[in-house]
Amino acid sequence: MQVTRKRGLHAGGAARKRDQSAWRGLPFVLPYLPFLILFGILPAIYALSLAFTTSKGKFIGLKNFTTTANDYRFGPAFEHVFLYTSVWLIALIVFVVGLALMLHSRASKATSTFRFLYYIPGALAGAASVLVWLFMLDPAVSPARFLLEHVFGSTLFVQAIAPGHLPFIFAMIAFWTGAGGWIVVLYGALNTIPPDLEEAARIDGAGAWTIALRLKLPMIRKWIAYMGILSFATGTQLFVEPQLVNQASLGFVPDTWSANQLAYQLAFRYGKFNEAAAVSVDLLLIGLIAAVLIVTRTGLFRKED
Amino acid sequence: MRLTARSLRFVILALFAVFFVVPMIWLFLAPTKSDGALVTSNPFAFGSFHHIAQAWDHIDAYSSHLYRRWISNSLLYAGSATAIVLATAVPAGYGLAFGTFRGRKLVLTVTLIVMIMPASALVLPIFLELNSLKLIGNVLSVILPFAFYPFGVYIAYIYYSTTMPRDVLDAARIDGCGEWTTFRHIALPLAKPVIALVLFFSFVADWNNFFLPFAVLAKSTQYPIQVGLSDLLSSTPSFNPAAGGGGQSVNIFRPELALATLLAIVPVLIVFMMSQRALVRGLLGGGVKG
Repeated sequence: MQVTRKRGLHAGGAARKRDQSAWRGLPFVLPYLPFLILFGILPAIYALSLAFTTSKGKFIGLKNFTTTANDYRFGPAFEHVFLYTSVWLIALIVFVVGLALMLHSRASKATSTFRFLYYIPGALAGAASVLVWLFMLDPAVSPARFLLEHVFGSTLFVQAIAPGHLPFIFAMIAFWTGAGGWIVVLYGALNTIPPDLEEAARIDGAGAWTIALRLKLPMIRKWIAYMGILSFATGTQLFVEPQLVNQASLGFVPDTWSANQLAYQLAFRYGKFNEAAAVSVDLLLIGLIAAVLIVTRTGLFRKED
Repeated sequence: MRLTARSLRFVILALFAVFFVVPMIWLFLAPTKSDGALVTSNPFAFGSFHHIAQAWDHIDAYSSHLYRRWISNSLLYAGSATAIVLATAVPAGYGLAFGTFRGRKLVLTVTLIVMIMPASALVLPIFLELNSLKLIGNVLSVILPFAFYPFGVYIAYIYYSTTMPRDVLDAARIDGCGEWTTFRHIALPLAKPVIALVLFFSFVADWNNFFLPFAVLAKSTQYPIQVGLSDLLSSTPSFNPAAGGGGQSVNIFRPELALATLLAIVPVLIVFMMSQRALVRGLLGGGVKG
């Protein structure tokens, strides 16, 4: 029975088969496509078209880009964001990789407890994590009052969130919520290294340090690159943290502290949608380049069978 | 020598554990104390359950049960968007894994790029688009963008293309099953772990999203909890002295704010603990090639 059917299928004609295969699977993807187009592709295209035109729809080339780039808030906003992103990236690469290697060098019950503890703050993304850290930075109630007062010299909340501290504070918040997840990812990547390799190195007389730095580190390079590029792109989009600190500081911290905030203010407060679009295209471009780099260079994401 | 290296390692690991855990412990203890006691007592002292109840009463009284409204808004937005994500992403992942249609690779690549791009990069463009469609201030302008979740499609795609043998599907087709029947009776029942994973990630991403609802919603009664928290923050006199008088009259002080923050993460924390296993496995299995 089955055999005849199979033969029938083969005899069905190459043309019809090709015709059929040009559509196979498409119906399953159809319900998803409108979402991909409406909220993945069109917004980007629409922002692009706004960025190159006036509010009346006249094409003006790069004018919106140059106007916004010359805005007195543009430079500082991008400076803030890049400083924050660099601090965060360094912290991530040094501490996350270091902690993952340390945890992996001697697996035990204790290390899995540590991994879990590091992971917990991941539940507090968004506004909640910022609120927690506003408490931590308020010398009046902070459990780290001693550190705040004697190491950083901040006896008042406004001193703790002085503008010079902000890139570091935001980097710390981002590290606090995100590092645990990355440690789990890198730990998992370390687990895929064949134990024989490590065994062989040990027999050859390599110590724990040598094994960690010369054997394990190179083998998780791709994952570190992925973490770095992704975090760079995410970092440049900073919005929630400075927005809440602006609200908590009575405007002492400007509401255009980050680039995304500037774009937001241009659209909301000033109604300059075309200029807002130009800034968001700048940011979109950074995100897009990072994404394309990850997809094409790290080889971590499969897109073929 | 060896012993010191080992204890150094332990000390470093423990110090980081303190950094990650102490703020959480503080947050759990803060609502048990009065605002004055928060300042004067030991940060890790336990106050009393009475204060928790009191703080809750204050939160609940804030703008006539606005806090409950925010939580139910969040449940509505994250819940309905996640339902749409499940209904669209699982079949799409299946279609991308086993389909041969034209444009399959294009859809896959675009999905991948949008998935890796930071979500907040698209918030303003989405706002501008919805603005031109006059959808700003409508709850659909939160739910529909939330319902686009390329990561969910990618998880489903990876799952189907790595764990489901093509032979099984071929056999089903040979036995006369249509495309839909094959999916409904063979692929879908196998997708349980994927459904759990997509459900978790999508729900948490929506629950924690601040920027998009902040940008597209106008009324505070429409806010999800994350945006609501920022509203509460503005009413706390210790962070916003301008709210001093207001703070007195609405009774929102630091313990109330801490409790509000804590309650806002409870749903996530519950799902988080429950799916910790599936999560770790998914994080690792998900991205690795082959």
